[in-house]
Amino acid sequence: MTTLTERKLTTQKAIAEAIAQEMEADESVFVMGEDVGVYGGIFGATEGLLDRFGPDRVMDTPISETGFIGAAIGAAINGMRPIAELMFVDFFGVCMDQIYNNMAKIHYFSGGNVKVPMVLTTACGGGYSDAGQHSQTLWGMFAHLPGMKVVVPSNPYDAKGLMIAAIRDDNPVVYMFHKGVLGLGWMTPNPRAIGPVPEEPYTVPLGKAAVAREGTDVSVVTVGLTVHRALDAAETLEAKGISTEVVDLRSLVPLDREAIVASVRKTHRLLVVDEDYRSFGMTGEVITTAIEGAFDYLDAPPARIAVPDVPIPYSRPLEQFVLPDADKIVAGVEALMAG
Amino acid sequence: MEIPRDDLVAMYAAMVKIRYFEERIREIYLDDKLPAFDIAAGRIPGEMHLAAGQEPVAVGVMPHLKDGDAITATHRPHHIAIAQGVDLQQMAAEIFGKDTGLGHGKGGHMHLFSIHPEFGCSGIIAEGMPVAVGAALAFKKQGSDNVALSFFGDGAANQGAFHESLNLAALWNLPVVFICEDNRYAISVPKEASTAIADNSDRASAYGMPGVLVPDNDPVAVYEVAREAIARARDGGGPSLIEVETDRLWGHFEGDMDAYRSDEFKAAMAERDPMKTYPARLLSEGVLTPEEQEQLIKEAHAAVDEAIAFAESSPYPRPEDALLHVFA
Ligand SMILES: Cc1ncc(C[n+]2csc(CCOP(=O)(O)OP(=O)(O)O)c2C)c(N)n1
Ligand SMILES: [Mg+2]
Repeated sequence: MTTLTERKLTTQKAIAEAIAQEMEADESVFVMGEDVGVYGGIFGATEGLLDRFGPDRVMDTPISETGFIGAAIGAAINGMRPIAELMFVDFFGVCMDQIYNNMAKIHYFSGGNVKVPMVLTTACGGGYSDAGQHSQTLWGMFAHLPGMKVVVPSNPYDAKGLMIAAIRDDNPVVYMFHKGVLGLGWMTPNPRAIGPVPEEPYTVPLGKAAVAREGTDVSVVTVGLTVHRALDAAETLEAKGISTEVVDLRSLVPLDREAIVASVRKTHRLLVVDEDYRSFGMTGEVITTAIEGAFDYLDAPPARIAVPDVPIPYSRPLEQFVLPDADKIVAGVEALMAG
Repeated sequence: MEIPRDDLVAMYAAMVKIRYFEERIREIYLDDKLPAFDIAAGRIPGEMHLAAGQEPVAVGVMPHLKDGDAITATHRPHHIAIAQGVDLQQMAAEIFGKDTGLGHGKGGHMHLFSIHPEFGCSGIIAEGMPVAVGAALAFKKQGSDNVALSFFGDGAANQGAFHESLNLAALWNLPVVFICEDNRYAISVPKEASTAIADNSDRASAYGMPGVLVPDNDPVAVYEVAREAIARARDGGGPSLIEVETDRLWGHFEGDMDAYRSDEFKAAMAERDPMKTYPARLLSEGVLTPEEQEQLIKEAHAAVDEAIAFAESSPYPRPEDALLHVFA
């Protein structure tokens, strides 16, 4: 099997390959969104698809998110498996009704009769001074609303497997890729954004967390780009004699509560790191899960690092102040160990 | 109707200022990011949407404004803000993320907000349109004769907010003028691939308001059409829609390879660049002498250079200031 894992791809190329392979295998899969055609997606998620599959299956849309995301729902109900791209998750505001009142609820309203097998792909995350309407993660908000799965890959292997699983899933899946994990040539280089990806199609199950690094002293539970930050922090902490386990949730819905509980029962300490807003979000949910499932195992109150409840500011020193990074994680773990 | 010489010259002076500002921002933006482009790097990080080529739309409207009028603009806002007279130093400082900026570095180039003159913009397509409607609603309720202007791109005309805003403005007979900057592209998507009809100005009739197409990227043509629309709004005659066919000379954002537009298309744009055609006309018609032109350029450049020097030398906000200004 080793030969199959030799090839390396960036996360962005892994996503585009996953979509292409499913389009190849299934005539009902098609893509629509702004600049997904000639441009190949602003973040390259649909790179090369127009040339391969033509404009009938790779459709550039007007800037009409309510229209085309709603249309994806209608197509999904009628035998297609659409992939609709919302260019930046921050733009959900112009089309959220279709997403949460329609896409996410039709199956339930129909008493389980009507299926909505679609994928809503979207770019999220900050750290490059794109300001408050182009830098949010917002996955906690999507996860809060029942009826849609929420997937957040952190590396190329998972990105491909999760995308194929998302396309084959009979439920609406919101597939949220952090711009910082894609390996784009015009972003700050990230060595963790490139990695081995098998050429053949495969799936990574939705709702299964991964232990990105084994450790025994403390669990850092996170998702997306902060998985990379946590891995960087774990190296620093290792040198200081602290063994850090990093849990990559990979999806918020379904949430792998067993993995959270298992890790905390093992390490007895929990730090949750999230690039989303602090209050009413993922950090609270993960900590609650740990308390419900591993209260007696905890040696210290669980801690969290997230965006203090402010919009993402533009100016670099302001933005760096609010975003989680490796230094903050190191400090957070050290405080936990001291406590 | 005759156009006062002062207006003809003021429009040109504003154009020079805008173009030079965009050139300097572009140079600084790219300079810090090469050889390997890193969007997060440099004195001006993040996305940068510049408006070189679209100057006539902004400057043609402004001579008709008066104190208290309000503007909402787009992700490509600099030309409009400069033409309206938003403080150039504070605007530049905001783009550099400095504490002396319009928003103390919180907003950046897509989120410029000024109270005097009243200017706002947004990175979300068509987001400013209903806000302009609301400004006009306030003016009407207050009995003032101020007007609101909403600038938006051809791409925005396919957003729900466009249609809702036009209907509301007409329904309530509000003093608002909608100005479409039709550069025929929304990033890589050409208008004919996104818009079911040829001219967005035709959509005005669906909402019972006048719609005018300005087929030339020419400040004088914009001036004449805007004069009528703004006067009508001021006099209680209700909203209108103006569509100007203009040119985005550079990429959608800096760093855009712009491979989706042909070389012929780009060459044709460069050929008809209003920064060449408009002054040529002013000179040949004797509105401006070469000496006056030289002086005007010198002054405009000096103002821009001063604003950028101010921005560069200003301090960054303190990191913890990120926590300020969430609530009043
Ligand atoms: C609601 C929303 N959808 C998509 C985008 C991404 N986007 C930014 S600019 C742009 C194109 C806008 O085209 P147009 O309105 O014609 O303005 P132009 O850029 O040509 O000046 C798009 C799609 C956005 N900012 N907001
Ligand atoms: Mg446009």
